[in-house]
Amino acid sequence: MTAIDRPVPRPSEHSAAFWAATAEGRFVIQTCACGKAIFYPRVNCPACGSTELTDVDAGGGGSVFTYTVARRPTHRSFAEAGPYVIAIVELDEGPHVTTNIVDCEPDEVEIGMRVELTFADEVDGIALPLFRPASA
Amino acid sequence: MRGRGAIVGVGEVAPQRNTEGETTLSLMAKSGLMAIEDAGLQLDDIDGMLVHPIGGVSMLTPSTVLEFMGTTASFAEVVDLGGASGAGMIWRAVAAIEAGMCKACVCITGASRRKRTPRPAADGKKKASTGWNIPDRSPFAEFEFPYGNIGANVGYAMIANRYLHEYGATPEQLAKVAVHQRDNACANPDAIFHGQPITVDDVLDSPMVADPLHLLEIVMPAGGAAALVVVGPELAATLPQEPAWLLGAGEQITHKTLTYAPSLTDTAIQASASRAFEQAGLPPERVGLASVYDCYTITVLLTLEDSGFCAKGTGGRFIDDHDLRWNGDFPVNTHGGQLSFGQPGIAGGMSHVTEAVRQIQGRAGERQIPDLDIAFVNGNGGILSEQVSLVLGAER
Repeated sequence: MTAIDRPVPRPSEHSAAFWAATAEGRFVIQTCACGKAIFYPRVNCPACGSTELTDVDAGGGGSVFTYTVARRPTHRSFAEAGPYVIAIVELDEGPHVTTNIVDCEPDEVEIGMRVELTFADEVDGIALPLFRPASA
Repeated sequence: MRGRGAIVGVGEVAPQRNTEGETTLSLMAKSGLMAIEDAGLQLDDIDGMLVHPIGGVSMLTPSTVLEFMGTTASFAEVVDLGGASGAGMIWRAVAAIEAGMCKACVCITGASRRKRTPRPAADGKKKASTGWNIPDRSPFAEFEFPYGNIGANVGYAMIANRYLHEYGATPEQLAKVAVHQRDNACANPDAIFHGQPITVDDVLDSPMVADPLHLLEIVMPAGGAAALVVVGPELAATLPQEPAWLLGAGEQITHKTLTYAPSLTDTAIQASASRAFEQAGLPPERVGLASVYDCYTITVLLTLEDSGFCAKGTGGRFIDDHDLRWNGDFPVNTHGGQLSFGQPGIAGGMSHVTEAVRQIQGRAGERQIPDLDIAFVNGNGGILSEQVSLVLGAER
């Protein structure tokens, strides 16, 4: 996947802290006293309903839950990217996140593959979280 | 809800690649008027209207359509369940009639479609990164859009890959869905792919769009419209068409974006279909036509499993073991499905209802299933996120 002129997220009042943390190399998830970990930022725990959620840094490890190789661009900003991998990664803490798997050939990606957090170059104060094959 | 309302009129503007000269509103109005006439009613007899969100009409959609058609209503509402909207309109119409809010409700769906204009030649200049049209301020815009998780192909491809990982099915089994539905379309002059049969090899040789989905496993966008008139038992008895009775309905919504779905392979169809069958007091075995949403071949496989026609994980084998054509032992999407009939926006989802109604009424022409008495309809919105299941029958 070559450099992509990606759409940059516009943080909302509610998600500003998440996006600010990306510029510091942190991927913030919410945790609840019931044990549930939550992504993306919500108001309440989907498991128990509690609104007492605490921000924590995810460890950055996970595995590919599912993926596809987009052989045709899904948006014009990906027009020059060539085939790219869109995936749902299951973080080790539990939540599913949407991402691209980078730093490997699309055909190397498979379900269950271990991946680790990396970040795209910062744009407008936001470093988009991405995942790449885990280093051994 | 069993037997409290029936579909008594059908109107359809057949799918076309290009509806130049028409707007979504004009197509919807035409199909609505056709359905009202088909029901043996006058425009003034209609006092209920259900529509879906229309591109370019930011709010007040029901009154926009009512005014355009030159009528009024005592009940009007927007149903915003994506591809499940058409099926979702039917039970809402019956519920509104049952509640005394209206007597004759028209449910209208449609979309215009222009010939695609070729993209301007690349000038090599990069646009500013902030210039992209972020669609809205929902979480989707922040957490999906930047990754290119846009449109339905990507989501259903990820569902298919997960299903293949968990349970397995062969590419040939999935391709057979597209092939048999194409055969059905060849018996439906209104289908966009009428007269163009395909083979399993054609499907598997078609370009890979998003692994593992081939081009011929993906729905064909079109323009067109579909409308149905729903009335209660007393009015139904006075009208010319055989009523197609609503015997049961179920609805379930689980997520917006697939990433946050409770499961990718146990879908909300399990809940919607089981409620519909329970309300109808009928088992899946009684169904003579499965008219189920088919944006992709994998959608049909999952729907057959989760509606109870076969056990979880056996969908591929079930497809192998059955003839899905209109004259086969397990007819599926006898109009061709959206894969071969075409998908005129939300009217694509409604086409599964209109086909079931025509089959029940014995008005399906060349592709008529003999003596059909029970049909199952499933509407599916978004990325398997909104589900509406209906059981329709010839007898109340």
